[in-house]
Amino acid sequence: MRASDLIHLLPELILLGGAALVLLLDIVWLRRAEERRRQLLPYVALGVLLVAALGLIPGGGDNVSVATMLVFDPFALFFKVFALLAVALIVLLATPYMQTRTPFSGEFYALLLATALAICLAVSASNLVMIYLSMEFLSITSYVLAGYFRQDRKSGEAALKYFLYGATASAVMLYGMSLLYGATGTTDLAGLVAGLSSGAAGQSAWLVTPAIILLLAGFGFKASLVPFHQWAPDTYEGAPTPVTAFLSTASKATGFAILMRVFLVGMGAASMASQWISLLVALSVVTMTLGNLTALRQTNIKRLLAYSSIAQAGYILIGVVAVVSDSTRIFTGINGVLIYLLAYLFTNVGAFAVVTAIEDATGKLEIKDYSGLVRRSPWLAGLLFIFLISLTGVPPTGGFLGKFFVFGAAVQTRMWVLLAIAAVNSVVAAFYYLNIVRYMFFVPAAEEGEPIRVGRPLQGALAITAVVTVLLGLIPGPVILWASESARSLLLALR
Amino acid sequence: MNQFPLLSVITLLPLVGGLILLALPGARLQKWWALGVSLATFVISCLLFVWWKAGEAGMQFVERLPWVPQFNIQYYLGVDGLSLFLVLLTTFLTVLVILFSWEGVEQQLKPFLALLLLLETGMIGVFVALDLVLFYAFWELSLIPMYFLIGGWGDAHGTYNFLGRTLSWRVYAALKFFLYTFAGSALMLVAILVLYIRGGTFDLLALQQIGLAPNLQFWLFLAFGLAFAIKVPLFPFHTWLPDAHVEAPTAGSVILASVLLKMGTYGFVRFCLPLFPDASRQLGPWIAALAIVGILYGALVALVQKDVKSLVAYSSVAHLGFVMLGIFALNAQGVAGATLQMVNHGLSTGALFLMVGMLYNRRHTRLLADFGGLWKQIPIYGFLFLIVALSSAGLPGLNGFVGEFNILLGAFQMNRAYAVFGTLGIILAAWYLLVAVRQMLHGPLNKAENMAVRDLNVREIVTLAPIILLFFVIGLFPNLFFDKINPSAQAVVDALNRPQPIVSMAVDSER
Repeated sequence: MRASDLIHLLPELILLGGAALVLLLDIVWLRRAEERRRQLLPYVALGVLLVAALGLIPGGGDNVSVATMLVFDPFALFFKVFALLAVALIVLLATPYMQTRTPFSGEFYALLLATALAICLAVSASNLVMIYLSMEFLSITSYVLAGYFRQDRKSGEAALKYFLYGATASAVMLYGMSLLYGATGTTDLAGLVAGLSSGAAGQSAWLVTPAIILLLAGFGFKASLVPFHQWAPDTYEGAPTPVTAFLSTASKATGFAILMRVFLVGMGAASMASQWISLLVALSVVTMTLGNLTALRQTNIKRLLAYSSIAQAGYILIGVVAVVSDSTRIFTGINGVLIYLLAYLFTNVGAFAVVTAIEDATGKLEIKDYSGLVRRSPWLAGLLFIFLISLTGVPPTGGFLGKFFVFGAAVQTRMWVLLAIAAVNSVVAAFYYLNIVRYMFFVPAAEEGEPIRVGRPLQGALAITAVVTVLLGLIPGPVILWASESARSLLLALR
Repeated sequence: MNQFPLLSVITLLPLVGGLILLALPGARLQKWWALGVSLATFVISCLLFVWWKAGEAGMQFVERLPWVPQFNIQYYLGVDGLSLFLVLLTTFLTVLVILFSWEGVEQQLKPFLALLLLLETGMIGVFVALDLVLFYAFWELSLIPMYFLIGGWGDAHGTYNFLGRTLSWRVYAALKFFLYTFAGSALMLVAILVLYIRGGTFDLLALQQIGLAPNLQFWLFLAFGLAFAIKVPLFPFHTWLPDAHVEAPTAGSVILASVLLKMGTYGFVRFCLPLFPDASRQLGPWIAALAIVGILYGALVALVQKDVKSLVAYSSVAHLGFVMLGIFALNAQGVAGATLQMVNHGLSTGALFLMVGMLYNRRHTRLLADFGGLWKQIPIYGFLFLIVALSSAGLPGLNGFVGEFNILLGAFQMNRAYAVFGTLGIILAAWYLLVAVRQMLHGPLNKAENMAVRDLNVREIVTLAPIILLFFVIGLFPNLFFDKINPSAQAVVDALNRPQPIVSMAVDSER
């Protein structure tokens, strides 16, 4: 490791320092201060995120390996920007919400910054050991965030379930990694593909299939793929709503980023690719179908969005399995995944922002509590409608753009059965998304309520997410370019 | 070529007007504003007719801008003889339904009018878009306002149990409408992507030249066709229609029947025939057969309806069957007749729904049995209703006859049996419409509620008069319209019968 490499680690270092700073400010400076000064903390966190984003610029366009364990390529850069954006939105969501619910709001922002750091490391990791460590880092901070309301039993349940599933999944994943190490004698992704396809490892090639399955437990847990999804509904329901928004977007995206890097770089050779592709096709079908069918029966909005997020993971997987190595194509599969994840970030965080606003004002989370919302708060109802049609995949929204690209990739690779199942699924999904719309617009409220007051930070989050969701549909050009460019660095590894 | 972006103005003016409407206070101002916007749109759209280059088959008033250049998606608009009158029909009827809604929409008038204007943008966009992605976007855009119009302002009566949820009928109807259409368009999206990967463009006119393998054409035709068949609706995909039509508020029913259904038939003419000529010839007879089933089935079911609005709804199934029969006669006469008949059905059925709505506003019932002898009480209404019914039944001298006659001529050239069954449908149409006229207008005026009904007021007459005027214009001077339709219809049919270029079998699936 050279000193000049540090420039690539700038955002990570800033986040590390920032997290420590927020923590220290909370303990030392604000110790006896009045509550008003404490309200500055989220803005400190936002500032740290902004500086970290600026820190991405010096090492921006490079494609280098640092300290043998991290690689800085456009693909990692995409997800780092993604993570900073996501965490910034979550901070906005959490600002009024957390302050009224817990006295420990300072640590919350420090932890959020730590998750951003974890994601930045995870998406750069090019070595199984580093991948494991950064995923654990992300998981442990997430467990704490999920159980942040200590007095609330549901929040505790959320954290415990998440922890138990997560611990098991990561142990299983670690076992898979050890199998790969046993077969090849290396933990480096690039070394892995060389070792597995060379003759020397010929007799241990059979290890690849079990290793893939074991690794999937870890990645699938983060990305909430069926059958590693069981934690998701309870955790999503019990966790503080901004944390739920985080788990369903940034955390899920990290799972996909690692999955793509490990499989494309570490097992990109054709003989291995066919194995994980067929496995992922099956997972995709099961994930979207089960997610959608279970979502139909939900009455709690957070649980509904949890199952919807499982189903969406199934659609995103289509992009992964439809990958093509020719990066000059419009649809490479991977660019579809990136576009989808980005659109889903803004859409889903937006939806959770509305949920947060309503929960904050009324404390209610059942879908039937949304009755007559259009009379009470037409803006919130209208915004949630935009997010819901984006989740459904109706133009002109980001959700449509994402579906367009993953479906396009599947058409290109002629996965007709998968496409047909996905098409049917998207109609099923339309039903339960419209069910929320039905309550908001067509069912009169049981009792008249006052208009819902929305704090400034949350207003900001709503405005940003809604505008981006629509703009992604209207002016998709720049994002398509960016995603395709970012995907290219990963596709080069695939042969 | 004209440099003024006429089509963009027509398409986007209602959208902009609708957004401004949301900021306006006071019901009175809102109504006048909505009327003004729709009227302005209509007047501007009439320029299409005035500046039309006669005898030209291709696209006119073309506008073309890159939208997503990296991806070859364009903002590409144009009209030809097939779409011209559908655009005019849309702008025309939007004015009238806003005029109709002057009274009777008691609550939430502002969003109601805004949705109508948004819907207008979506519908016009569907008829003028020549880029498949743009088309798809407008197609879906027209879905959402209609969903809200049915679900939010429909008739509130009855509930329905669906998947363990108790929905009111109108919400059920709205949901059914949305899900049916959405299911169709999901497959259409896949088909659009296949075309793009084959042709490298979403440009409709360019895609017509690429020459697809007949086998592929078959599947793509089915994917597009399903979306359109649901919209038309072609038997047996019609089951959403009676619910949606009956539950929708009158303005919604009018737009739904007159314009939205035409998006399906237009889709067949604009997309299925030119893009998939081999498949069209192969599947044409089957679709024509389904169309005939629809004609007879719709008519027979209409005959036994007790509710006059359901009667009109089922008559739409029958009439749209005629349009489909004309299209899949696959000759110029049939296609041209079908194109005019789309407009005719829009006018006749639109007028029928308006008149049913006017009566409903007075009596709050639509059951045929509740009426009787109304002619004595409200003669102006009776007289106009008779004209509208006769127009819908295809009386010579009125508009319906011209379209149906050409469709039957076309069908006759293809297969005589089809023409015979089609004629049977015309007889049935006269039957159920005259049954309605008899039960409503004739007989003794023996119900107390009917004796207090007021006749049409000036606003209502003004709403109906332009439609009825057009009945006669089309009926007596059909060539005013056929002149513009025929070249384009002929071009579609010529392309259909032209030998296809050698098929390129590019292999796209290598990793």
